[in-house]
Amino acid sequence: MRNEKTTMRGVFINGVLNENPVFRLVLGVCPTLASTTNAINGLGMGAAATFVLLGSNIVISMLRNFIPDKVRIPAFIVVISTFVTIVQMLIQAFVPSLYEALGLFIPLIVVNCIILARAEAFASKNSVLHSAADGLGMGAGFTLALIIIGVVREILGNGSVFGIDVLGASFQPMLLAIMAPGGFIIFGLILGIVNSIVNKIGKRSAGKGAEA
Amino acid sequence: MMEFTLVNFLLFMVNCVLSNNFIFSRYLGCCPFLGVSSKVETAAGMGIAVTFVMGLASLITYTVYHFLLVPFNLQYLNTISFILVIAALVQFVEMLIKKSIPALYSALGIYLPLITTNCAVLGVTLLNITENYNMLWSVLNGIFGALGFLLAIVLMAGARERLESSNIPESFKGFPISLVIAGLMSVAFLGFTGLVK
Repeated sequence: MRNEKTTMRGVFINGVLNENPVFRLVLGVCPTLASTTNAINGLGMGAAATFVLLGSNIVISMLRNFIPDKVRIPAFIVVISTFVTIVQMLIQAFVPSLYEALGLFIPLIVVNCIILARAEAFASKNSVLHSAADGLGMGAGFTLALIIIGVVREILGNGSVFGIDVLGASFQPMLLAIMAPGGFIIFGLILGIVNSIVNKIGKRSAGKGAEA
Repeated sequence: MMEFTLVNFLLFMVNCVLSNNFIFSRYLGCCPFLGVSSKVETAAGMGIAVTFVMGLASLITYTVYHFLLVPFNLQYLNTISFILVIAALVQFVEMLIKKSIPALYSALGIYLPLITTNCAVLGVTLLNITENYNMLWSVLNGIFGALGFLLAIVLMAGARERLESSNIPESFKGFPISLVIAGLMSVAFLGFTGLVK
């Protein structure tokens, strides 16, 4: 039982850190770029995608022994788009401002590569509980990455964090950061920085291994 | 609804390909844009396959939406039905290319089935509905949008071929430097905004 718990925690942490879908696997680039014009939109997109990931992972894992191998991709897509339609209706009903801001990118969660990739690589091979942990982990990793990029772009482009002004009136906003080109450039730079951090940690642990 | 005249047609084309480029200003189709842009040849092949699929998908989803979903009041099923149409269409194109151009098939490899999850394809079909285009403009929107994608991915592949011989910091190799390049190209494409009102 204890073992089961530790592996579930491992699966969750794996999604957030080692296999972070945005920074390590570089999946789901379009929603990442489109929803990170500020931190709140990033959080909203992350939450919506997490809901879909959790739901689709659980259902696909439950059905994994019933779906024939040949039609598995269409079957996965139907399950995913069902959850996306649900989440779209929920957002439209309860958070209309987010619905306006994300617009087209809410139905496009269907084609977010992260979700299909986890269905194919994890949920179709693992138990329901593990798949749920994986969905939550991947979703949390995605949300975390979106918030980081969103905060950076919002500070540079608007001088605020989560809509709260932090840099004062004298700050000259760098509009490019919240426009289309800024998304590419800032995501690229953050990705480079994350890579260099990971490389450093990798070298250090390799050095420790050699000493021992 | 726009009338179909030569001027409108040309303005629409400039708007779709340059001012509102799918990659550079709408963020649609970034995964294949970054994934399949290491060689000009494969990039062009991918772009052509996407153009074919997007044109056809616009036509079929228009038909499905206006003659099947609207009469039965099932508009909320548009995402599900469109993605199924696209998945079937991609399967068809895959079989077609496998039979007729095996070299292209082996070059595109795993990315061909990935057109299904190319958000540009589902994106354009949903945009056609929200923009309220008629059948002709929907198909043109699909084709011109995809031509903008083709332009972007070929430009990107050209830049990345040059990158192979340049000295890039270790951490920036691959995706990070490609994203920065895409950003710079996007700045250039920003110059086209306002070209068409």
